[in-house]
Amino acid sequence: MNSLLSVENLSLTVGGEKLLKSINFEIKQGEVFALVGESGSGKSLTSLAIMRLLPEVISVSSGDIKFKNDSLFLLPEYKMQKIRGKSIAMIFQEPMSALNPVMTIGEQVAEVIKIHLGLRKEETKEKVISLFKEVLLKDPTERYNWYPHQLSGGQKQRVMIAIALACEPDLLIADEPTTALDVTVQAKVLKLLKKIQVQRNLSILFITHDMAVVAQMADRVAVMRYGEILEEAECNIFFSSPQHPYTQSLLKDAMHSKEARERLRTPGKLLEVEGLKVHFPIKKGFFQRTVGYTKSVDGVSFSIPKGKTLALVGESGSGKSTIGNAILSLVPITEGTVKYEDQDLVHLSALALKPYRRKIQVVFQDPFSALNPRMTIGDIIREGMVSLGVVSKNRASQDAKISKLLEKVELEAEHMHRYPHEFSGGQRQRIGIARALAVEPELIICDEPTSALDVSVRTQILRLLQKLQQESGVSYLFITHDLSIVPTIADEVAVMKEGKIVEQGSVESVMENPQHPYTQKLLRSAPKLPI
Amino acid sequence: MMFSLLWTDILVWGLLSVLLFFGWGASRSEQIKKQWHAIFKSSIAMASAIILFFYLFFTLLDSVHVRFAMEPTKTKSEQVQYSEIVSLLDLIFAHNIQSTERTYSAPFATHEYTKSIIVDEHGVTKQEYLPLKHISKKAHSLQKSFIAVMIGLAISIMFILVHIFWRSGKGFKNEFKLIMQGNTKLPWRTAYGMIIFLIILCTWFYMLSFDYHVLGTDKVGGDVLYQSLKSIRTGVLIGILTTLIMLPVAILLGVSAGLFGGWVDDVIQYLYTTLSSIPGVLLIAAGVLSMQVMIGNNPTWFETTLERSDLRLLFLILILGITSWTGLCRLLRAETLKISQMEFVTAAKAFGVGRLTIIRRHIIPNLMHIILISVVLDFSGLVLAEAVLSYVGVGVDPTMHSWGNMINQARLEMARDPMVWWSLFSAFVFMFILVLAANLLSDRVQTVLDPRNKS
Amino acid sequence: MFAYILRRLIYAIPILIGVNLITFMLFFMVNSPDDMARVQLGAKQITPQMIQAWKEHRGYDKPLFINHNEEGISMLTETLFVTESLKLFSFDFGISDSNRNIGSDIQERMGPSLAIALPTFMIALITNISLALILVLFRGSVLDSTMMILAVMIMSISGLFYIIAGQVLFSKMWHWVPISGYESGWNGISFILLPVMIGVFSGIGSGVRWYRSIFLEQINQDYVRTARAKGLSELRVLFVHVLRNGMLPILTGVVVVIPTLFMGSLIMESFFGIPGLGSYTIDAISSQDFAIVKAMVFLGSMLYIVGLILTDISYTLFDPRVKL
Repeated sequence: MNSLLSVENLSLTVGGEKLLKSINFEIKQGEVFALVGESGSGKSLTSLAIMRLLPEVISVSSGDIKFKNDSLFLLPEYKMQKIRGKSIAMIFQEPMSALNPVMTIGEQVAEVIKIHLGLRKEETKEKVISLFKEVLLKDPTERYNWYPHQLSGGQKQRVMIAIALACEPDLLIADEPTTALDVTVQAKVLKLLKKIQVQRNLSILFITHDMAVVAQMADRVAVMRYGEILEEAECNIFFSSPQHPYTQSLLKDAMHSKEARERLRTPGKLLEVEGLKVHFPIKKGFFQRTVGYTKSVDGVSFSIPKGKTLALVGESGSGKSTIGNAILSLVPITEGTVKYEDQDLVHLSALALKPYRRKIQVVFQDPFSALNPRMTIGDIIREGMVSLGVVSKNRASQDAKISKLLEKVELEAEHMHRYPHEFSGGQRQRIGIARALAVEPELIICDEPTSALDVSVRTQILRLLQKLQQESGVSYLFITHDLSIVPTIADEVAVMKEGKIVEQGSVESVMENPQHPYTQKLLRSAPKLPI
Repeated sequence: MMFSLLWTDILVWGLLSVLLFFGWGASRSEQIKKQWHAIFKSSIAMASAIILFFYLFFTLLDSVHVRFAMEPTKTKSEQVQYSEIVSLLDLIFAHNIQSTERTYSAPFATHEYTKSIIVDEHGVTKQEYLPLKHISKKAHSLQKSFIAVMIGLAISIMFILVHIFWRSGKGFKNEFKLIMQGNTKLPWRTAYGMIIFLIILCTWFYMLSFDYHVLGTDKVGGDVLYQSLKSIRTGVLIGILTTLIMLPVAILLGVSAGLFGGWVDDVIQYLYTTLSSIPGVLLIAAGVLSMQVMIGNNPTWFETTLERSDLRLLFLILILGITSWTGLCRLLRAETLKISQMEFVTAAKAFGVGRLTIIRRHIIPNLMHIILISVVLDFSGLVLAEAVLSYVGVGVDPTMHSWGNMINQARLEMARDPMVWWSLFSAFVFMFILVLAANLLSDRVQTVLDPRNKS
Repeated sequence: MFAYILRRLIYAIPILIGVNLITFMLFFMVNSPDDMARVQLGAKQITPQMIQAWKEHRGYDKPLFINHNEEGISMLTETLFVTESLKLFSFDFGISDSNRNIGSDIQERMGPSLAIALPTFMIALITNISLALILVLFRGSVLDSTMMILAVMIMSISGLFYIIAGQVLFSKMWHWVPISGYESGWNGISFILLPVMIGVFSGIGSGVRWYRSIFLEQINQDYVRTARAKGLSELRVLFVHVLRNGMLPILTGVVVVIPTLFMGSLIMESFFGIPGLGSYTIDAISSQDFAIVKAMVFLGSMLYIVGLILTDISYTLFDPRVKL
């Protein structure tokens, strides 16, 4: 096999700082080459450098990229435009924003055909429709005139793939193509990509952070960190005998040790939710009458035992986060009860609720919007303690408690004088946990606390949460879309779909012997590591 | 001598002390300090700020009003008679107030601009350019200019040395060297250059104003330089006070609408849609006309014309405030809606933190950049609006010194050939420099504070 | 769609009532009908009978808000406020202090106002957008930065300066166009030329900056990267993708202005002696003719509300995501 694309000693800099340090790799005809790394490793920059679409502030300080023996950096811009979309095509991570919102999807595919192949109008339309068929988009003729907002995330990604395939490229760059998608949709898109790759003998540069996806897709793998390639190998060799310590730890983190959790046997239920319904009115028509309801949560019952973890699993839009907000009395509850130690919280006044606010706390998904950027870490943690009267009014004793909390979540006491923007995503998530812990809660609602984090950081946070549970016996309601982390963190699991719980039980029974077809589908769709 | 406070004086000084107080409070926050540092890192912003400071200085100088006890008159009244209210600026330029010419004269002219018919001692009627009354004929302007520049240089260098000395932690010499090489965090070299330039300009104008009418005289022989300087207060006041008067209203209503929703939101939205649907100039005109009628009906309210024009200025500022809060209110409402959906607000709610505390601690600090940007952005618009309003006839009192009034009066002389250009020119230049500085500073504030510009 | 427009029109009614209330209060609270009569009659000896007669003639003889002489609902309706408002809602603007019918005056003067305002608006829109696109195409270059500094300078100069300077240069010194005046039809084009040019130029600074910031915001969106990755030229990316998406924020700012073009420009019309609604308003203000000012306020607010509705409708045309 001859090499289609070779990256030679590529270095990128911005303002004197090196972003890529002498990267080398080759992609051969018809192979899937995966570039794996965590955020900030430079994998996406590499792909943009190949397309010559780097932001203007970033400059190529050395190296070359050869595509079919053409040196891409030496081509004039108009020739590069003939390569983009025609010989090298690209699909991006965010299907939601990657399509032009005010153009029909048909037009957007037709545009690339018109520019590169110069077909006539009818031919172009025919070709677009046949492409839509190839990417398995339903009703292709009809959808030609649809706009992106009328499609789901998976369908948009299919349109992106159609755009990329339109001019029969030699190389397809897929930059985290399924990261933003739900797991069942991801499985379908990956399957489609693989099928097309085989049919067309296409070369793919596959960029991802997900080791399991790599295992499913790639022929060869390269691991990146801090702008360097640490290791490069054939896929099967890579997974059976990783060489670099970083790779080894990455693989270990991705695997989720299935070591049995210490099962604490504490009787008694801390929280009981029964027949919970949260409906949001849909208003329409002349007088904004309520014409119907979005049944975000529709009759859900579960309970959380003391000192244990219930994982609430579901895809986007299943209503799992709304349940968290309902327990916190942050959204109006339509029907049902939320009992905390036999006290129904639903009809309590704000004042009567205050003692329970102390007992139920929350950790959020997005580490960036969860902390007020204008407050110091100390003040962020102090707020809840003062509001709920957990500490004395004495500032020094508050500070002492804050530094203790920071140490508990493995940060340093001196961090309390800093502001959120000085911290990384993982550190911020620790601060969020410290803020919740500050009022000594008995139940913490963790709303996707790890889904915005890198794999290695995710493992650390999960470990921290577990440690805290063992120390203080706090219960968790762990809301997640990621089935793979459930065994590590949870004792019990409930699977949600469209506002209802379709299956619940102990982790072992649900994960190993799922009864409901949806659970089975979820488990099947999740990409797995070969070991 | 007796201090005499006008309403606007009280507002200006009150505002200044509030600003200083907040500035002092803010200077303790590392984050805010860092932001201001970032703003003034640009030498354009630094230079603009210094120009604005000079304008502010003249405003303040013109905002200290005093009355002098007059010589006891022969009437046997017990009461001490006071003279007209004058400001410190008036005292400094007293020579210019007294030296009124007969009519137009060009800058640095020695004779009037138009020929007058005179009858000489032989009884012959002649047309002649009459010499000006209040200029010194034996002035050595070059020599005097040189002295003025030297004095200006000396004054500014004194200020700069004091500043360097105050800053120098690592030794005076070292600090001096760093600044001269431009190796300081903030562009002090540019700042010093600007200060030297402005102070020299001021001293030069001032020294020569004793011998000449530096910027000429107007139709009734008033000194244009003095008028332009007096107009600074009007312009700056309208620019600053209007925004600051409307600020509390805009913040209160905008945040309430965004946070509470429901009928509160409906009422506030109704309010600002209604107000903003009225064409601005017409609303101002309606307000000013009503006020004119009111003042006309109650001539006994005011002792002096200065007090009357001052109250009219205050009223104009109020009306401008009423018309201009809607835009900011709408922005703040939208941003509050966005912030109230953020997870840190949810977290605060989960802690049972009260609504007022949420507003104070979480919402307002995150709105500060929008507020600040709109304050600096509105400033220049308002300064320019004053001129237009005066032209329409609904601006400040015609007896008040303002650039708008200057333009309005000089405009009528456009038909004259050759043109009388200096009045217009001075008003436009004084206004242009102020507005340009404000615009450049607001640009910088926007780039630094607007989170969308961070990447 | 029809139901939506109807709903918006019904929503507009309370706003117009509010507008009326504000102007009404501003005028009549400080300036009672008696005062108006006195000013208008102008005679030296004014008897209460004369005032009464004048008020009756003008229909100002009712109380302002509450009529205590009436019963039930007519306590509210038989008042000056309600009758005056109803007149405005039926576009009966009454007669001015100089005894002219305001309604027909307005009709007559709309034409000249539009003759200035419409070309100014169109030319400004096209120039500003094209200049902004050019700057975005060359973003970060020396051209971009110098033009931006120039834009700030243009913005910082008072609009009055442009008018005065324009008149002095083009009319007084070079005699290219007449200094002021108006004539309808094609002959009048020489009168329109200068005000339109000045109108366009004085707005160019802020306009270009605004459009440029809109386009720059679009340029960093993901779909632009997709378009580039498709191999489109930078020009096509700008003119097809960025411009189309940039239209949405532009519409919000621009469409609302279109109906208010009828109101004309106060300053421009009075400097150039154009017999439009702008100069009409200025004359009314300087002669303190409340009836005209009130009519203009009502008209202006109504046009603004029409503009808001038009904005929403234009959104449905340009943004496929918005359905009414």
